Amino acid sequence: MARTTAVSGVPESVPALLARNVAQFPSKPAYREKEFGIWQSWTWAETAEEIQSIAFGLMALGADKGDYIAIIGRNRPALYWSMVAAMKIGAIPVPMYQDAVADEMAYVLEHAGARFAICGDQEQVDKVIEVQETVHCIEHIIYQDPRGLRRYDHSKMHSLADVQTEGRAAHERFERQLAEREAAVGYDDTCVMLYTSGTTGKSKGVVLSNRNVIETARNSSEFDHLRPSEEIVAYLPMAWVGDFIFSIGQAYWTGFCTNCPESPDTMMTDLREIGPTYFFAPPRMFETMLTSVMIRMEDAGRVKRNMFHYFMAHAKRVGPALLDGKPVGVLDRLKYWIGDKLVYGPLKNTLGFTRVRVGYTAGEAIGPEIFDFYRSLGINLKQLYGQTEATVFITQQPDGEVRADTVGVPSPGVEIRIGDNGEIYYRSPGTFVEYYKNPESTADTKDPEGWVATGDAGFIEEATGHLRIIDRAKDVGKMADGRLFAPKYVENKLKFYPNILEAVVFGAGRDMCTAFINIDLAAVGNWAERNNIAYASYQELAGHRQVLDTIQQHVEEVNKSVAQDPMLSGCQVHRFLVLHKELDADDGELTRTRKVRRKIINEKFEDLVTALYDGSKEIYTETEVTYEDGRKGKITATLEIRDAKVVETAGQTQVAAQ
Amino acid sequence: MTMMHYEPYQTEDGRTIGNTLMEMKNITLRFGGVVAIKDISFDIREGEIRAIIGPNGAGKSSMLNVISGFYNPQDGEVWYKGERRPHMRPYQVARLGIARTFQNIALFEGMSVLDNIMTGRLNHMSASILDQMIWWGKAEREEVKNREKAEEIIDFLEIQAIRKTPVGRLPYGLKKRVELARALVADPSLLLLDEPMAGMNVEEKEDMSRFILDVNDEFGTTIALIEHDMGVVMDLSDRVVVMDYGKKIGDGTPDEVRTNQEVIDAYLGVAHD
Repeated sequence: MARTTAVSGVPESVPALLARNVAQFPSKPAYREKEFGIWQSWTWAETAEEIQSIAFGLMALGADKGDYIAIIGRNRPALYWSMVAAMKIGAIPVPMYQDAVADEMAYVLEHAGARFAICGDQEQVDKVIEVQETVHCIEHIIYQDPRGLRRYDHSKMHSLADVQTEGRAAHERFERQLAEREAAVGYDDTCVMLYTSGTTGKSKGVVLSNRNVIETARNSSEFDHLRPSEEIVAYLPMAWVGDFIFSIGQAYWTGFCTNCPESPDTMMTDLREIGPTYFFAPPRMFETMLTSVMIRMEDAGRVKRNMFHYFMAHAKRVGPALLDGKPVGVLDRLKYWIGDKLVYGPLKNTLGFTRVRVGYTAGEAIGPEIFDFYRSLGINLKQLYGQTEATVFITQQPDGEVRADTVGVPSPGVEIRIGDNGEIYYRSPGTFVEYYKNPESTADTKDPEGWVATGDAGFIEEATGHLRIIDRAKDVGKMADGRLFAPKYVENKLKFYPNILEAVVFGAGRDMCTAFINIDLAAVGNWAERNNIAYASYQELAGHRQVLDTIQQHVEEVNKSVAQDPMLSGCQVHRFLVLHKELDADDGELTRTRKVRRKIINEKFEDLVTALYDGSKEIYTETEVTYEDGRKGKITATLEIRDAKVVETAGQTQVAAQ
Repeated sequence: MTMMHYEPYQTEDGRTIGNTLMEMKNITLRFGGVVAIKDISFDIREGEIRAIIGPNGAGKSSMLNVISGFYNPQDGEVWYKGERRPHMRPYQVARLGIARTFQNIALFEGMSVLDNIMTGRLNHMSASILDQMIWWGKAEREEVKNREKAEEIIDFLEIQAIRKTPVGRLPYGLKKRVELARALVADPSLLLLDEPMAGMNVEEKEDMSRFILDVNDEFGTTIALIEHDMGVVMDLSDRVVVMDYGKKIGDGTPDEVRTNQEVIDAYLGVAHD
């Protein structure tokens, strides 16, 4: 086992890193947030003072070593400070998904046994109050934004500003005690507890130690040569391990600045104003941005549109090579330079990517066209593969070795091995300590030697040493005749079409594959508008004959492409339907990180799945939906089921759909 | 004559409803031979949400226009803050701290949301045109102060994302919210809302209702509103005036009004003689 002390000179906790940053760059901005239309900023010295006053305030309220403190809200500096303040007093911060409904919240709060809940605003406070009917561990609720909360019962409730004021007043009383507590926080003590989004069943509390966080932050920062001058925009859920590592781990390790948007809706404007140098986004965000660019180009004048397409074609040809430092002819370079002045530069500026030095995407496979689009513009977009249990990083792509179909080489300090069933295992300094109060799951996932099963199936390319992911190990199955079934592989191909937002492919244990399709309202809606197709609702658009025709074309093109892979040719989609509602996390169909929950979808839409296999032409269905305020309703629809052409492959006697 | 006197009281949700802010006494408004409002009296108390309801053509908007000075009634008196209000032009009424929104949105379509909201601060600007052109001293100080107020309202109504968007490009529901922002930024002591939820879907209505309640709660602004959606009115308001054919047929708390036979008849359409 590793020693319990760190390499000499390395701070052993996040609060210790904070102290180091205050000493090294006291007047350099550590946080920025846009409020009332202006970017407010806090230096490292100011940040330390804010955090200290929260820590004193929490102590005044009785927070103790080993307490769990829930943090719920959108990305705001004060909530990040609250996390570090909790660490300072030896408590453990538990950031939670802000869009979780009360039931999900109840489970996490109860499981963690949180004594304190620090909430961003009234919405979160209301949920915590609702939860308290069944969960009794919460002693104090602290909120940041007082709006609408003035008349609440304040016997157990405090505004964060008041907590800080009281903390400052109690300065003398707690100063020594706090210093002792902070000094007592060791390298192997818990730094943070993060709940997994739970693709299957209840979410689990992943315990990460200071060692996990600091060593991972150091390794990954060095891998990409991150500097104190980096700027990041913190907009992904605080409960997600990635945000924790970027906005706290790496930010405190290298001392760079974390910028918080004004509101979730202003994200794009704020992104432009900050111009981050280090940026992370899930593939879906890059897709959405590309879709909006394409829609706007469709609406642009002819000259602009032609110019855009002409130079983008050139960028596609030479852009990635230039980015990878490969040889490119002088004329091509000149043309790319002109294109940069006329198209790429302004476009990057509009997207807020002008200064991006390192960009990452992860979580799902990204469409090769989408990936290449950004890289051809000269944006150094790369892929990484990781999970909460690994403190994010398992593999990442080094500069110059970037491809759409791999997820890169093992990150520094990470060992990888592939199991007999194709499952990927890893061992690293970031490997989590345990699942909180769940030794069975811990033992199932992590063996005594520290190897962790990822649950994903993949293989390492011999020529390059890069890892390629096929699918979730448990989703990779067999069809009735024994052919390999990898739903995600097909779904990703479908999702690369802008018109398709989400797809769910069925086929395990069946004699053919079928699919549910979700249309992308932005793309299809725009198409409808341009073609004078009137529609009153999502449902009506989704059931439109011409929309179905287009989707059918996409499905058939995917079938052709799937057929080219002999191993997976059985996964061609024979029949499909377009769903009458968008799959939604509120209805439990997706996880909060927007991954498909197959089991739930299978149960919920059982009638539709049956219809896909019994040859019916249409099906009437009723579906329960949950509105944002938690009420439930019902929608009904009659869906058309279509047959798609499949490609016959050699050695296959499968009958094509009628 | 003076205004009606009330003792302040606390509502169930802890707001304070104070003394009379405005009183309409025997108002009659005629357009030629048409009598739009016939001898109507009612009052509005400080801190309350007062609704005026009634079927189409009942004279609700006319009543709101009397309050805001667009129409001057032929008979009757308007009392405001303890004094009888003489005949006034709308801009004079606005200076008294009465702001309003319109049934058919009346924003500057080509201007940004922020600029539209800033126009609501007109009564808080005293720098001369020359000062403003040179942009020095008072003009600059005022602009900063007004912008601060505008940003406070933008934050309050959660419209940060459209701050720089031209109003003409916004959907209907958001335009309504911008109009509310422009009225609010004037720091009104009485806010008049003419059908704030007309043409909205359920979700937009819920948002707007929450904003109206929050405005009343956070800023203590007295609000008088006209609305068609009975459910919304009954949930929002402290007291309701019901009008039909220019006459007042009911006045009281939502519960009182709901059980008033005349009101039920007006809404269910009993044959008139």
